Amino acid sequence: MPLIDFTDKGLYCAPGNFYIDPWKSVDHAIITHAHSDHARWGSKNYLCHTDTKPILQLRLGENPYQTLPWGEPIVINGVTVSLHPAGHIIGSSQIRVEYRGEVWVVSGDYKTENDGISSAFEPVPCHTFITESTFGLPIYRWKPQPEIYADIQHWIRKNQADDKASVIIAYSLGKAQRVLQAIAEVTDKIFVHGAIWNTHEVLVQAGWKLPVVRRVTPEVPKEDYRGSVIIAPPSADGTPWMKRFSPYSVGVCSGWMQVRGNARRRNVDAGFPLSDHADWYGLMDAIKATGAQKVFVTHGFQAAFSRYLNENGIEAAEVKTEYGNDEEDAPANVKEGEPEESAVEDINENVE
Amino acid sequence: MSEPSHDIIPGVDSAHAEIQEPGIGLFADLVKVIGTSTKTNDKLEALANYFNTAPDKDKVWVIAIFSGRRPRRVVNSNQLIAWCIEMANIPGWLFGECYHTVGDLGETISLLLPETHDPLTSTAKPLHYYIEHFIKIDKQEEAIRKQFILDSWKEMNQSERYVFNKLITGSFRIGVSQKTMVNALARVTTLDASVIAHRISGNWDPSTVGFAELLDDDVRIIDHSRPYPFYLAYALDEAPETLGDPNDWQVEWKWDGIRGQVIKRNNQLFVWSRGEELMTDKFPEYHILNNLLPEGTVIDGEIIPSVDEKPLPFALLQTRIGRKNITRKQLQDAPITFFAYDLLEFEGEDWRNRPLSERRTKLEEIVQPLNTPILLLSPVVQFNTWTELAEMRRSSREQGAEGFMIKKKSSAYQVGRKVGDWWKWKIDPLVIDAVMIYAQKGSGRRSNLYTDYTFAVRDGDKLVSFTKAYSGLTDKEFAQVDAFVKRNSIEKFGPVRTVKPELVFEIAFEGIAASNRHKSGVALRFPRMSKWRKDKKVEEINTLDDLKKMLEVYGTKS
Ligand SMILES: [Zn+2]
Ligand SMILES: [Zn+2]
Repeated sequence: MPLIDFTDKGLYCAPGNFYIDPWKSVDHAIITHAHSDHARWGSKNYLCHTDTKPILQLRLGENPYQTLPWGEPIVINGVTVSLHPAGHIIGSSQIRVEYRGEVWVVSGDYKTENDGISSAFEPVPCHTFITESTFGLPIYRWKPQPEIYADIQHWIRKNQADDKASVIIAYSLGKAQRVLQAIAEVTDKIFVHGAIWNTHEVLVQAGWKLPVVRRVTPEVPKEDYRGSVIIAPPSADGTPWMKRFSPYSVGVCSGWMQVRGNARRRNVDAGFPLSDHADWYGLMDAIKATGAQKVFVTHGFQAAFSRYLNENGIEAAEVKTEYGNDEEDAPANVKEGEPEESAVEDINENVE
Repeated sequence: MSEPSHDIIPGVDSAHAEIQEPGIGLFADLVKVIGTSTKTNDKLEALANYFNTAPDKDKVWVIAIFSGRRPRRVVNSNQLIAWCIEMANIPGWLFGECYHTVGDLGETISLLLPETHDPLTSTAKPLHYYIEHFIKIDKQEEAIRKQFILDSWKEMNQSERYVFNKLITGSFRIGVSQKTMVNALARVTTLDASVIAHRISGNWDPSTVGFAELLDDDVRIIDHSRPYPFYLAYALDEAPETLGDPNDWQVEWKWDGIRGQVIKRNNQLFVWSRGEELMTDKFPEYHILNNLLPEGTVIDGEIIPSVDEKPLPFALLQTRIGRKNITRKQLQDAPITFFAYDLLEFEGEDWRNRPLSERRTKLEEIVQPLNTPILLLSPVVQFNTWTELAEMRRSSREQGAEGFMIKKKSSAYQVGRKVGDWWKWKIDPLVIDAVMIYAQKGSGRRSNLYTDYTFAVRDGDKLVSFTKAYSGLTDKEFAQVDAFVKRNSIEKFGPVRTVKPELVFEIAFEGIAASNRHKSGVALRFPRMSKWRKDKKVEEINTLDDLKKMLEVYGTKS
């Protein structure tokens, strides 16, 4: 019996009697991060990182939440559990599970480049590593963050010179907070969509020092948008909600923008390949750094990725999960996007 | 101070001077804007900017590339893939996975090659250096060409490698119309757009012509090629009876080709398309008209392939467009003719304000005696009542037409789209309800989505595939169908997925013909998804019998 089993409810640790990121209701759920495909509604008890809790409260409502800081082990039914930074979004954690000398790490979603806000990814030595593979092909090699930030800033300045607003499409949890840092360096006229505003407020209340933003509401005079920057989730792209910013230019921040065809198909003015997931090289480095002998590969290009690992002396297997239907994980859904957003979003914002 | 250092004086030798010239990166940036921008004005601005900053030799090449004078491919795809695999140190199957995801060979390679220098500093040479080098090594042995390509890759960043790969594989197709390029050049020179269009058409060799020579601002060269603006018709939505007395109207078939103007002036022949592209070189069939037509003649009409005065499908014309070199077989299979509609200039005089009836009489006087299969009169349809015309309209498909053009006999040839005097009365497309059974990822811009579908009709309790279709849905609908495909795949054959037969679409098409290459026995012309029938179940789709009946009624021999 493996320490963590792949069941139809999710990743299950039998000796500890808990699930990690389950997609069905369970008694005890440990949550890697607050994205909706990993943190689902309906479980009885949740355990997560301290920074994840306020976001879960916003998205899942009031539930019994237990929190842990990074690196502090607790024992659950004889199984030692600890959380370690995954570098994906605020609060995102890898879950280290140890039982009778055997160590497994569930990484959730992660990225290896330090984005300055999510706490840097920390390699955790283990026997078995469970990795995502969202960008698990070697065509995905990210440009360094400062370079992409410079591109975004240059684009904003050009729009300002043309007296246009810059509408930045970014996932409401993670990417939005991250690009905010880059945007604040060029302007303080920043607006956000209702969905992003909600997350923003919660994080500010929890003590995060984020740049000051204004919420887009029907009351904001149209002149205020001139030369400003607006951050909106993918679900708002191309809707009548955008009209008020006219004239504007649209830029999408997503790893999928690495391939030209995707940028063209989205019909956007600019694509910035900025991702909260590790690129191929990051995934490889992370796996090597764990020293794991066995790797399970979840959502993404899992077939190609695990085949490559096997051919290169690391035993790997594909695992079918229900992750990857949300946020940046799902390339096809970039426009449809984010089922959970509508729950949080002020509905009137969109219909107006 | 004994030995002065050369390093502190940049550009003292010619090697240094060459590096100071803007590299191929300038072109890569231009391609990026043109490739992603959705606004013509942004493209125009980027081009004008480029023409203001690039080295003269590069500009000439860019004009050549954008006007269809692409350099020939110097390597085949397999060699290039092998070298990329070697340099990136990845297995062949992984290259295949990547290619499948990206959908473009040149781009896949550019993304896979390892970074060989600081991505912020480019050491790449100017565009013309690479192109001239390709030409030089074209006939040389493989080892030399390989060395040149590997060395070039090493000095470039990703976006430079992308354009470089597109050039060496001869696959540079870029979304900028000749008109946009001409307008951009008009901004940076003192020349008129029409003069520029004329200058850059025809035969010139980018490796020998200089920019100054090509766009010399001596305007004494009179622009004989200049076409008249086209007069366009509105769709007739009302019953034709609303037009009044049938005797006031001239009716012609509406042909499905490219609207064009044939111009003979100064003993030269020019052929323009409605998109105001000079296409004289693309259709060598027309060149004899230079001997046949009288000086100072401009004829409006349709560029269309035909045999024995019977038009051939538009698809055949498409195989000819965009090709620089036309094979003898193409000339035989799809001989391009010109169906004359109207006379705009006669003996050098502008005839556009004379009534259509007068222009038509003169047109017939000019065209009939030539007795050539290349230049034909678009026949005038004889009819007495609108009811009779409506009856004839039903046979449009058999005629190879898409309906009628109805023009007032007293009308002048106006400019642009004007209501009142000219109408187009098109037939509705044929439609059939079918279910999607296979899906495949699109190419290029749709490389990540399942957008290419195969459809089936019912035959008893079996499903028989009969057509593919790729277009007609919105991006949003494509995303929804893509999500359905991913959740409902039954089997995978290479890139093709067998999908649960559940989604019903209305397929519209322009024609139907018998075909023994297809299991269903029919081939459709221009099939596209006209409606997503979310209200219909798979049990309610059309049958193979329905399709066969359509073939009987509307079928064309092909
Ligand atoms: Zn995530
Ligand atoms: Zn995920």
